[in-house]
Amino acid sequence: MSEFSYIYLIPLIPLLTFLFLGFTAKKIKEPVSGYIGTAGLLAVFGLSLYTAYQYFFVSGLVNGKYEPVKIMIREGWVHFTDKLAIDLGILVDPISVMMLVVVSTISLMVHIYSLGYMHGDSGFSRFYAYLSLFTFSMLGLVMSSNLFMIYIFWELVGVSSFLLIGFYFEKPSAVAASKKAFIVTRFADMFFLIGILMVGYFAQSFDFETLNSPATYQTIQGWIANHQIFSFMGLSIFTWALILIYIGGMGKSAMFPLHIWLPDAMEGPTPVSALIHAATMVVAGVFLVARLYPLYYHIDGAFALRVVAVVGAFSALFAAIIALTQEDIKRVLAFSTMSQIGYMMMALGVSGFEGHEGLGYMASMFHLFTHAMFKALLFLTAGAIIHAVHSNFMKDMGGLNKYMPVSSIVFLIAALAISGIPPFAGFFSKDEILAAAFEYNKFIWFIGFIVAGMTAFYMFRLYFRIFFNKQTDYGDHKPHEAPFTMAFALVFLGLMTIVAGFIPFSELVSADRMPFHSHIHWGDPLVIASVLMAASGIGLAAFMYYKPTDYPDKVSAAMGKAYVWTKNKFYIDELYLFITHKIIFDHVSKPIAWFDRNVIDGFMNLLGVTTEKLAERIKFLQTGRMQDYAMYFVSGVIAIVMLVIYFR
Amino acid sequence: MNLDSLMLMRDELVLTVIILLLLVAEILLSSKNKKYIIQLGLVLFGIYTFLAFLPNKTGELFGGSYNTYPLVHYFKAILAFGVFMILLQSVTWIKEKLLPYDFTAEFFILIFSSLIGLNFMMSAGDFLMFYLGLELSTMPIIALTAFEFWNHRSVEAGVKYVMLASISSAILLFGVSLVYATAGSINFDVIKGALHLPLLEIIGLIMIFIGIGFKISLVPFHFWAADVYEGAPTVISNYLSVISKGGAVYVLMTLLFITFTAFQKEWNWIMYGTAILTMVVGNLFALRQQNMKRFLAFSSIAQAGFILLAMLSNNELGVKAIIYFLLIYIFSNVAAFGVVHVISLKTGKENIDDYNGLYLSNPKLSLVLMIALFSLAGIPPVAGFFAKFFLYAAAASKGYYVLIFIAVLNVTISLYYYLLPVRAAFLRRSEHPIPYFRSDNYSRLAFIIAMAGLLALGLYSGVFEFISNISNIF
Repeated sequence: MSEFSYIYLIPLIPLLTFLFLGFTAKKIKEPVSGYIGTAGLLAVFGLSLYTAYQYFFVSGLVNGKYEPVKIMIREGWVHFTDKLAIDLGILVDPISVMMLVVVSTISLMVHIYSLGYMHGDSGFSRFYAYLSLFTFSMLGLVMSSNLFMIYIFWELVGVSSFLLIGFYFEKPSAVAASKKAFIVTRFADMFFLIGILMVGYFAQSFDFETLNSPATYQTIQGWIANHQIFSFMGLSIFTWALILIYIGGMGKSAMFPLHIWLPDAMEGPTPVSALIHAATMVVAGVFLVARLYPLYYHIDGAFALRVVAVVGAFSALFAAIIALTQEDIKRVLAFSTMSQIGYMMMALGVSGFEGHEGLGYMASMFHLFTHAMFKALLFLTAGAIIHAVHSNFMKDMGGLNKYMPVSSIVFLIAALAISGIPPFAGFFSKDEILAAAFEYNKFIWFIGFIVAGMTAFYMFRLYFRIFFNKQTDYGDHKPHEAPFTMAFALVFLGLMTIVAGFIPFSELVSADRMPFHSHIHWGDPLVIASVLMAASGIGLAAFMYYKPTDYPDKVSAAMGKAYVWTKNKFYIDELYLFITHKIIFDHVSKPIAWFDRNVIDGFMNLLGVTTEKLAERIKFLQTGRMQDYAMYFVSGVIAIVMLVIYFR
Repeated sequence: MNLDSLMLMRDELVLTVIILLLLVAEILLSSKNKKYIIQLGLVLFGIYTFLAFLPNKTGELFGGSYNTYPLVHYFKAILAFGVFMILLQSVTWIKEKLLPYDFTAEFFILIFSSLIGLNFMMSAGDFLMFYLGLELSTMPIIALTAFEFWNHRSVEAGVKYVMLASISSAILLFGVSLVYATAGSINFDVIKGALHLPLLEIIGLIMIFIGIGFKISLVPFHFWAADVYEGAPTVISNYLSVISKGGAVYVLMTLLFITFTAFQKEWNWIMYGTAILTMVVGNLFALRQQNMKRFLAFSSIAQAGFILLAMLSNNELGVKAIIYFLLIYIFSNVAAFGVVHVISLKTGKENIDDYNGLYLSNPKLSLVLMIALFSLAGIPPVAGFFAKFFLYAAAASKGYYVLIFIAVLNVTISLYYYLLPVRAAFLRRSEHPIPYFRSDNYSRLAFIIAMAGLLALGLYSGVFEFISNISNIF
């Protein structure tokens, strides 16, 4: 207990740097604010690593099980009723410690990288202030000890990402994107909030440890079995609550159909995309399900978990298909992220609970970890490339291998990792996911298998078109390698991507918190098949894109409509626009607006035009508008009275 | 009855004394020295606010007509605090607009009389006191609404308000008479025991509910709100939207939870329907408002709908949630109206578009506006989020999940329009932004108090705990 007493410093430091930078933003000039933010994060990084060491290797393992440690900041923070109280506390357990490492590592790299990337930007200090705020919120989210706290940080993460996406507020598209992201995720959050309330009232607790304890889920399962609990459409209300919570996670994690904000969010600065949209915020949904995993697994025969699996698998496939055709490199990466998160969700959804059956859970967390490293690396490299050629589009690139050797190598490493080529990190986690899916359901495995091939293809399409393919004439403005701070972050993450796969993850993180042994069987046909699949995806990409050829055009022409639909992201955005603009605006808001404009405002204007003199005005009022109001009023009275008489 | 028991109504007595002192000052001071009335009024009211927070005894007076207990006592204190913040904001306005006409003392006297009325109304033990309090709280405000008599909009608002308020009073009185006819008493305790709910009585209760619903601006009795808020001086709109509404909500709560609990089955679904209507209509109209005062008017209508969520609970959690919500709501709305007020006073601009680029010229004011609107929208960690959350929790305690769903959907819609002024201030540029100005120190103090309240009350749970401890009024 006491050995983690320092842990409140981890969220506190970024909060303090945020406050400091926020209040002095105008006084502190460029490099200094960056150094302050980075120094703070360095401390957080150190503390997180120390916590991980302490928890995993010194004190966490008690009798063969990783026991959670709860550090109370304030017990009984808010009392709802006698039984239902909310504590203010920090929960230290395998997944929160893992997330601490992920968040602090990526955030530190982004801080260092941005020293170079944001150089010369007029909002440099503001940028670092926002970064600190985001890091604080995200750290708070992963360390929360109850649903109520996690919701608060969940929203704070939303607010700070709103600020970061809209950072370039001169750009209308960035402002629109930030608003879209905020509102779409808020829309999802409202389901989350209702889910929280429902869970709170049935389980009489918001605390994760209490919720996840066998006593709680056995009691609830008992109610469900005896039909003592309300059910709706054949599912118990508690399962609905879990699904509602999952919808909140879908919003943050950009699962279909709530993914529409993610591609637009790429309008933010690229380091922000790496931090928020690759490694931390978007995996919050996965983390949330993992956090409540025992509940998901034990209630109603894991029905809610199956929903997670199906949505995850579908999103993985859907996003991978779209990624095949995008031209903007950041959008390819955005859809790739969505696809990989779908993978993680899928893995959670197919998992069991005890021992080796919990392989999916472990694989999901493992993939979360490795994906954070290589996807942040991909985004940061993309940032370096964009920095160098001043364009997001692949058509403006090509032949960059010559100019940017370091970027080329680290991009290759990351692309190999995400494709699942050994010995890079992605291979290990991805194969665990596929193995878990294979045990559960062959169809889901097959989707995952296909997606693996597609992933390899679109990543190498990206790689070859950026670094090889045509030799673009860059004119006088030759692209140059990234400055030292940026290159440092790239190389560090590159190294992580190489070594992260060798972490014996199943010894550390598992569904029932009992370490188990899991290793890759190299001769297993599954492993061979998936590596072959990835290799053929890479081969195909090389064939089509290593040199300029006319295959891509031929293929897209042959695909016809399918290509157009895919390139336009299946018109999901248009569908939303249609619903909001054509249906809601036309049939709900417009008539009301019309009424307000023509009846109410029209009347006001009429008043203004016709009379200037007070007496006339009052006279006019007495005969006109007032009566209307009074009439509405009295008819309201009559309507309610009549309704009561009728229904009684 | 002795002096000791008379001290039960300390709040009202002190206010009355203050009014008398102001009257005397008005008569004694020469016209040159009239400006000191502002300071006098502020200081005296400050003393009252302080006294209001000191504990008082529980008890009743005048044969049960008037009663006091901790919750009502501290709620009066909260309202007094809100009025104090509003008074701070109105200093410049009084100096510029009222002093030339020598209306300063009248302003204070009227606003204090209205507060006395609210206090009596909340402490009422029978319908007579209740009705007297209600009228005493409304009449001065009508005068204040029309106070800028040189501004025809203000007068128009006053006329509208007086007409509609009298209709609502008539309906309320009719309802009271029906209840009296069936229950045989106007005393709340007697009525509580005598309720048998024949149809006549139910109709009577509904009419009482509508009379109070008018003050809370529930749909469909909200029509006056937007016009009156827009026309009235901003400080009075502010008073109407938080103080007078807060008092009415409190009365509705005690009537429904205590006196008319037997009526629960009927009022639950009336509340249910009214809550949905109020939230939806308030939101949809707020969506397209350009004028900030109208915008805040519709926003405050929508907020009233949320309060009804907790009205359905009929338990202690509901009481806590409502009181806490009102407290936070006072802070948020006073701050939001305050920003509109100082800008309108300095530049005469009241439209959302006029706020474009406000952040560049007046960063602190924009920050206040943003935090206040975030609180109204219920975004954590601003206190407004907790307030809303407790309301949902109260509704959830009786299993109204569909209603919560609708409410949360409305919160999401409301986020859209609460972001509009924020976006204008922070993310838009303007050719002619509102120039930099320094708001007066009184307003600044009010803003600082409100901001401290909004940021601290969310995280510091002591206030909520305190409200919890006094919420057992059943």
